[in-house]
Parts: sequence; structure tokens; C-alpha cells
Amino acid sequence: MGLGSKSESKGATPTAMAAVMLVVGLVVGAVAMFFVGGGLGQTGGVVTRFETVTVGGGATVVRTVTQPVTQLVTVTVTPPPPTPPRLTGTIEIDGSSTVYPLTEAAAEAFMKQHPGVTITVGISGTGGGFKRFVVGETDINDASRPITRAEAETAAKNNIVWFEVPLALEGLAIVVHPSNNWVDCITISELREIWKPDSRITRWSQVRSGWPDQPIKLYGAGPDSGTFDYFTERVVGRAKSSRTDYVASEDDNVLIAGVAGERFALGYIPYAYVAEAAGRVKIVPVRDDAVAGATCVEPNDETVSSFRYPLSRPLFIYVNKKKYDEKPALREFVIFYLENGEQFVKKVKYTPLPSYYYKLAASLVKGGTLDGLFGLAQMTLRNAGPR
Amino acid sequence: MGDQILIRDQVDRRRSDLKRWLDRIVPVVLSVGVFFGVTVLAALVVDVVLEGSHRLSLNLITNYPSANPAEAGMRSAILGTIATVGLSAVICIPLSIASAIYLIEYAAGKRWAEVLRYNIANLAGVPSVVFGVVGLGFLVYGLGVGRSVLAGAFTLAILTLPYVTVTCVEAIKTVPEDLKFGAYALGATRFQVVRSIILPRALPMMLTGGILGISRAIGEAAPILVISGLLFIREDPTSLFDRFTVMPLQLFNWISRPQPAFRELSAAGIIVLLLILLALNSLVIYMRYRLYRRLEAT
Repeated sequence: MGLGSKSESKGATPTAMAAVMLVVGLVVGAVAMFFVGGGLGQTGGVVTRFETVTVGGGATVVRTVTQPVTQLVTVTVTPPPPTPPRLTGTIEIDGSSTVYPLTEAAAEAFMKQHPGVTITVGISGTGGGFKRFVVGETDINDASRPITRAEAETAAKNNIVWFEVPLALEGLAIVVHPSNNWVDCITISELREIWKPDSRITRWSQVRSGWPDQPIKLYGAGPDSGTFDYFTERVVGRAKSSRTDYVASEDDNVLIAGVAGERFALGYIPYAYVAEAAGRVKIVPVRDDAVAGATCVEPNDETVSSFRYPLSRPLFIYVNKKKYDEKPALREFVIFYLENGEQFVKKVKYTPLPSYYYKLAASLVKGGTLDGLFGLAQMTLRNAGPR
Repeated sequence: MGDQILIRDQVDRRRSDLKRWLDRIVPVVLSVGVFFGVTVLAALVVDVVLEGSHRLSLNLITNYPSANPAEAGMRSAILGTIATVGLSAVICIPLSIASAIYLIEYAAGKRWAEVLRYNIANLAGVPSVVFGVVGLGFLVYGLGVGRSVLAGAFTLAILTLPYVTVTCVEAIKTVPEDLKFGAYALGATRFQVVRSIILPRALPMMLTGGILGISRAIGEAAPILVISGLLFIREDPTSLFDRFTVMPLQLFNWISRPQPAFRELSAAGIIVLLLILLALNSLVIYMRYRLYRRLEAT
């Protein structure tokens, strides 16, 4: 090594070292924060207090008492049992974006009551979620439609046994631009003509004579969403068969923004989203012309829960039976979800099933009857009496 | 003769008038480009600040995500970002420095070294979601790492590797040749030259590139969306195999909610993200400043 180069390198080294230290410091700081954060997270729901106990003989002993806190829960939920069992474990949930807000609310309330349990809720769409559910990757799948035959077969092949729990109802709203004054009602068969694969309809006047001779701009759910599956099955007649030349998105706000900005637009969007965006789009009443004497019905809580609105659908969770038997936390969560279901449904502005359904279903699940809940949900509706 | 000279004179004057006029107009034209960019950025920032500033609070950083916008925060997302991006920096920066040194010093002039360099430059242009798909197939399913912090960190590391390597290559090229040749002439080995001549001079610029790579990784949503999915998670990541989410995905989650309160929350979250990026960029500027002062001093 030459002298010159040595003194040169001496000059530069401290900067380099400082830089290295900076980055190392950053990383170490990050890691430290990470662990401190982890520590905080674990003690978040626990109160530690010190008690001084005087033992006979005058010796003083300090004892640490750790207690889970249950008062942090903001939603009023069923009071916890006198000695809450210390639940631990993880629950992995994935699936429909429509069911997501509901499950999120339930998971949050449950975790506040049981700080030892970790629940993760993903959004992959009903179909995307089922792909993971039927190979046993997830414990629960949020679904905005019943499981398909193909999915059920794959599950059986992988020895995945499941049961379904209906939790809420939801209407699919047909929306147009607020300035649209010609559509006052649309029928299912007109919707089928518009949305069927290779549909030739490109102008409003082709749907019904008398409507303007203007291009029709279509907005609808993307192919990974349960909304798409439901709509195509209910309206077109076959799941997943739809025309493809429309604006598709899994993000319902994109669809609302699209319809709100286009005078000749037509779209289908979950009612809860439309209700939030009141005024930006106009809801079109729907008539099921396959039923004799049916009238035009607008979606709202009453028409959706009675299934008088033709595009009403149930929302489910699908539970992996084996995991349900193995994990006490999962069992408790499902029961908790059902018991407080109505509250969560109202909070996220979906349409609840009748109150007694939740009570009945929760007690059935507690007693070990897991099958037939879908039937129960439907039966209570059919027997609701004349309207 | 005299007439002609006079005419030539006029022509010259007219030409120089044109030149002077052009000289005055060009900066105006060029600055339009700058103003355009700055205006768009300013509009964005103003919009975000107007919408989100009243949602800024400590809750945003210390609370977990929640269905209730009043108490929703992005703690798990911030910690997830710190964990994955921090780990990816630890993986990516040494690897990039090593590969740059190898390409420039050890494999210099060889044909396949050129091929490698062009490939790395090409890699920098690959859409980030492709890295996510590779990470999903290779790490999550292939190696069975699961949708974990580790998989996310490695994917981000691979994503930032080409950028940082390219910067490192440039950094090494800035080291004066005569210093290197001088050292070789005095009998230094290649490793000695790398350790004592190249690394000390190139390291600050390399780390600058590294931090810019980190800034990019922080803002990436697409590859993490593929690896981790959109996730509601109320737990800090405490091990390498934990599920995680990152800040851009939390923002995406909030934006896609129908309630306006969540959109305000996402605006506030964007402000936090911008502040973190700004802090990292100022760090880069500070390091560059320190480097120049040090170089002037010697």
C-alpha cells in the first residue's frame, strides 16, 4: 500500500463508517421498535398490578396479578362468562370483499375480548378465497354466494369437511346515472339480454323501444368476486357467463364513480355501497318477470330480507370442520359471530336475517348441530307469513 | 461593396436578435416542464392534506386497524413495513455492493459480464407485480415459507436489487482510475484495492442508492398484494414467519371502503407515508452533503 493512498483512504473512511453506522442504526432501530412494539402488543389487553400482601409474621410480599381487560370492548357484546377462558391461537380468514367489513367487525370485537387470539382477514374475492379454503389453507372463507359444485368436489378430494353459516342478506342494486329519467323499472329478462355472453345490445333503444338511441355503458363486478358469480347465475342463468366488454372492477367504489360520471351508464353494485353513496347514483327498481304478477321492487332492508327484491342474496362464512374441532378459539369465534351477528350486520349496514335466526343458529352450533343452517335461514323466511 | 457590407451587418444583427430572443424564450419553455410536475405534486399534496390532516393523530400510528374509523390506525401496517423493508435492505444492500464490485473489478471486460450488466439493467424495468408472482410461486409455495414477513422481505429485496446494483456500479466508476492503478503499481492485490481504495470512496454513494431503493420498496403495493393479499390484521409481526401487511395495502384497503371517514383516514395515512419517504430522502441529501464536505477537506 502506497502512503498516498493510505492517507486518502483515511480521509474517506470516517464518512463511510458514519454512513454504515447510520444504516445499521436505522435497521437496528427498526428491529428494536419491532420488538418493543411486539411487547406492547402482547400486554395491550392486560393490566398488571402489584399487590402488597402482609403475611403472618409481618413479612411483606409483593405479588403480581395479571388480569385480562374486557372493558375496552366498544361494541356491547354478550357479557363474558365470569371466568373467561384464556383462549389462544390464530384464525385465518379470507374471501369475499362484500363479507369482509362484517367479518372485520366481528374479528375486532372478538380479539378485544380475547387478546390471546390473532385473527387475520384477507380479501381475495369469494372464488379466490375458496381456492385457498378447499386446500385447507384457511380456517374460514367469507362467501357472498354458496360454494360451487366444483369447489365442493375439490374440497372432498382434499378431505376438507366444511359447514356453512349464513350471516346476513344483501341486495344487488341496479344503478344508473342520477340524470337518467327514462328507466323507472327494469326486468330480469331485460338484464339478461344486456349481460348475456355475446349480447348484441349496445344502445339503450335496443333494450326497450322508447328508450333513447344512445350507447349503453356497462359497469359490473370483476370475475373473481362473488357478486359476479351471483349476478351471472341469477340473471344470465349460468355462473360466470357474462359479456366481457364492460368496465369490470372488484372495487365497488370504482364502479360507483364510473356510473356517477357517465350519463348513459348502467351497473350492478352491492346495495350497501350504493346506500353509502346516496345521491351520486340512482337505484332502479327491478321486476322479476319470471314470476306471474311480480311488481317493480326497490331494494331496502324490508324487501331484501323478505326476498321480494329479486336480486337478494345471502352472505355466508364457510368453516373448516376439522380446524373447528381442533381449535377452541375458532369454535368460540363462530359462536361469538353468530350470537352478535345481527349487531355487526347493522353496523356495516347490510340487511340482517330475522333476530331469532341468530339466537337459534347460535344455540344449534353450541349444541353441535352444524349442518342445515342455510336451510334454517331460508325456512324462517318462507314461514314468515303473508305479506 | 459598401452596400453589401451594410446588408451583411443588418443580417448579422437580425440573426443575433433572433438568438437573443431564443435565449430568452428557451428557459420559459423548459420551465413549463418543471412547473407542470411541481404543480401536479403540489395539487396532490394539498388535496391529501386538506382531506386527511384533521385525521392525523397519534392513534393513526399506535392503533390497530378497526371497523370503527374513529379508532382505526395503521400500527400493524407500519410495523409490517418496517419489518419487511428493513429486512429487505439488510439482504439487498450487501448483495448489490458485492455484485457491483464483482461486475466492475473482477469480471471487467469479460463478455458475459457485459451480458450480466445489461440483464440487471433490464431487470430494473420489469413490472413489480412480476416479482410478486415469482415470490409467490418460488418462496411461498415452492420453498414453503408461507405468506410471511420472510417471503415479503425477499421479494422486495429482489425487486430493489437491480436498482441498487446499478447505483453501486456507477459509484464504483466514480473512483478515480489513477488511484486504483497507483495501488496496483505498488503491488496491491485486487482485494486490497477493493477494500482500501474502492469501498471507502464508493460506499457513501452506494448507501445513497440503497436508501433510495428502500424508499421505493416502502411504496410498493403490487408485489406485497400478491404475496400477502389484502389483509386485516391486528397483531404486530414478531417472527419471520408471521403474516403481515404494509402501509400501501392498508391505504388501499381504506380507500376501497364506501364510508367517507375511511377515505379521510387513507389521506392521513398517505401523509404519514409521505413524511417517512421525505425523511429518508433528506437522509440521502444529508449524507451526500457530508460526503462532499469530506471530499473537499481532503
